[in-house]
Amino acid sequence: MSYNDVTHHAADDQDHDHDHAEHGPAPGLMRWVTTTNHKDIGTLYLWFSLIMFFIGGAMALVIRAELFQPGIQIVDPMFFNSMTTMHAIVMIFGVVMPAFVGLANWMIPMMIGAPDMALPRLNNWSFWIMPFAFTIMLATLFMDSGGPAGGWTLYPPLVLQMGDSFAFVIFAIHFLGISSVMGSINIVATIFNMRPPGMTFMKMPMFVWTWLITAYLLIATIPVFAGAVTMLLTDRFFGTSFFSAAGGGDPVMFQHIFWFFGHPEVYILILPAFGIVSSIIPTFARKPLFGYDSMVYATASIAFLSFIVWAHHMFTTGMPLAGELFFMFSTMMISVPTGVKVFNWVATMWRGSMTFETPMLFAIGFVIMFTVGGLSGLMLAITPADIQYHDTYFVVAHFHYVLVPGAIYSLMAATYYWMPKWTGNMYDEKLGKMHFWISTIFVNVLFFPMHFVGLAGMPRRIPDYSLQFADWNMIATIGAFGFGFSQLMFVYIIFKCVRGGDKATSEVWEGARGLEWTVASPAPYHTFETAPVIEPATVTR
Amino acid sequence: MSVSHTGTDNPNKGSKSHGVIAGKMLLLACAMFGFGYLMVPLYDIICDITGLNGKTGRVSVTAGLEVPVAQDREITVEFVASINQSGSWIFEPQVKTMTVKPGQLYHASYYAENLSSHAVVAQATPSVTPFAAAKYFNKTECFCFTRQAFEAQGSPKASKDMPLTFIIDPDIPINVDRVTLSYTFFRSPEQT
Repeated sequence: MSYNDVTHHAADDQDHDHDHAEHGPAPGLMRWVTTTNHKDIGTLYLWFSLIMFFIGGAMALVIRAELFQPGIQIVDPMFFNSMTTMHAIVMIFGVVMPAFVGLANWMIPMMIGAPDMALPRLNNWSFWIMPFAFTIMLATLFMDSGGPAGGWTLYPPLVLQMGDSFAFVIFAIHFLGISSVMGSINIVATIFNMRPPGMTFMKMPMFVWTWLITAYLLIATIPVFAGAVTMLLTDRFFGTSFFSAAGGGDPVMFQHIFWFFGHPEVYILILPAFGIVSSIIPTFARKPLFGYDSMVYATASIAFLSFIVWAHHMFTTGMPLAGELFFMFSTMMISVPTGVKVFNWVATMWRGSMTFETPMLFAIGFVIMFTVGGLSGLMLAITPADIQYHDTYFVVAHFHYVLVPGAIYSLMAATYYWMPKWTGNMYDEKLGKMHFWISTIFVNVLFFPMHFVGLAGMPRRIPDYSLQFADWNMIATIGAFGFGFSQLMFVYIIFKCVRGGDKATSEVWEGARGLEWTVASPAPYHTFETAPVIEPATVTR
Repeated sequence: MSVSHTGTDNPNKGSKSHGVIAGKMLLLACAMFGFGYLMVPLYDIICDITGLNGKTGRVSVTAGLEVPVAQDREITVEFVASINQSGSWIFEPQVKTMTVKPGQLYHASYYAENLSSHAVVAQATPSVTPFAAAKYFNKTECFCFTRQAFEAQGSPKASKDMPLTFIIDPDIPINVDRVTLSYTFFRSPEQT
């Protein structure tokens, strides 16, 4: 049994679809409200996150515009603080997480040969909670007491001094958490229960594996975060003293609880990206992924380690030496499985017949620039050095390198890679490559100088700075506007591709492997209604 | 790796096993919510055991009894007072430093006065540095054990001397020769 046989079965599926035309999408707008189709819901998630990307990006541009020159020029400091806080919340909970869930919805059932997600109605709820939660969250910016301004980490006692819009922030976070947990439960149930016979765990594509592990991380940590913000809520409004020293509580305890969630959260934001890159690189290197098994184990190790490193965010809180050493070494240990991944990607490309279509460019950009962010992370792991770097722009440079040319690049790579499958049309390759090069130049102009001002001691989250930081900040701001506006190109390319273009074949890419490439392009509304037959020799990843 | 395949031929058939796995995951989520709250007592226990965060030793029941006094050691205890909110307070130690011998019981006191025009209840929270010394610093009596009530300014009950009795455990690490006991004075939350 080979690849072609699977294709043949998929063709049967399509005939099956024609027999049941009434199962197609309902007409009109209500289709999107009531849909339980994994492809519709995936699309909704992806559009939602694209819109939020521009909202969060606009906030970033407010921040960079203010920092263009020293002194207070454009916004007042309180609003500046709101912008830094909201930018983080929007980008984390409104862009990267929903985009990954959207990709999971679209791709996981098609990759494992399932007809839909395991719990389609729950799936609809998971999505539709989000726009409401974010409406509430963003509405706080227009309330009298303003939006949250104490940083996305919500540290007490500062966050408790916020006005009454605080309650709205907590409420919105609770709803986002419920959405994520429901989405994750659905993904776990899909992967465990919906695989056809023969699709063993070790035949699953890397993207499915990384999402399975990410879903576990979400289910295990989001409720802890929900608990922490609930404690903040009761401290603020119901007279408890979890974090108030006056009542016997301890504000440092919040940091422990928060980062117990917060550190696995940063892997939630990157593991699916690893999965995407592990799908794209083999396609364009025309070789199977090097070291698949070690990739699976590396992902699981990273997930496990992410639970025991949280206090490296708190080296300056006065931990005992033993604690600092433990968290330093456990943090450094993460670079081992991460290094395994990077070397595997490089080994996959080694002597491959590589071509450099846009998805591959973004994937290679990911590998290189994510590694830059990883290395600065290793510097931050060194406790005595971190005491100097803590809360400076060096930290900002570090996590933006892993998140922007890291997570965001993986999302762009995924969009270019699977868009022909979603829309049936090829995107404009020339524009795609331009988008990559312009973005890559500007993203480095934007974030690389932050390393320098950070090492020189410029603190984060402050609207003003001393004169010696002026030049690099000006350059960073130019990079920010360049990067921000070049994303309009991304939107244009997406619209152009949705509206038309060269017709895509079902395989789309010459070197593409996996079940999602056996169905037609665009993917029919229902796929794999009859389970595909998967023999041990069938290529599924 | 055999997993139930019942859901694949007909999506409806597998709904029971979906329920089982979704239920398990929901249970995990609820357990982790509980774990978040469990971290509160756990944190206190860990701080207590390790003296982390400068949490001082528990009230020692043996403190009143005879403990061998380490005649050959002298430790300087510094008393520090600070006020959390910008309230109208005087809060200060009666003596700034004491030289003590481990194993012997000592008395000290802090003076506090309410300068505001209304009655307040306040709470002092202690912290000892270096942290390594914290768990050897035992208090048998302390104004920080309870809330302290103050009348409005002008009343004789607007101010008071607040006593503190402590004993340093002779097992205190040999390299510690100076201990700082710091109190922060908070207006109790009910008053705000």
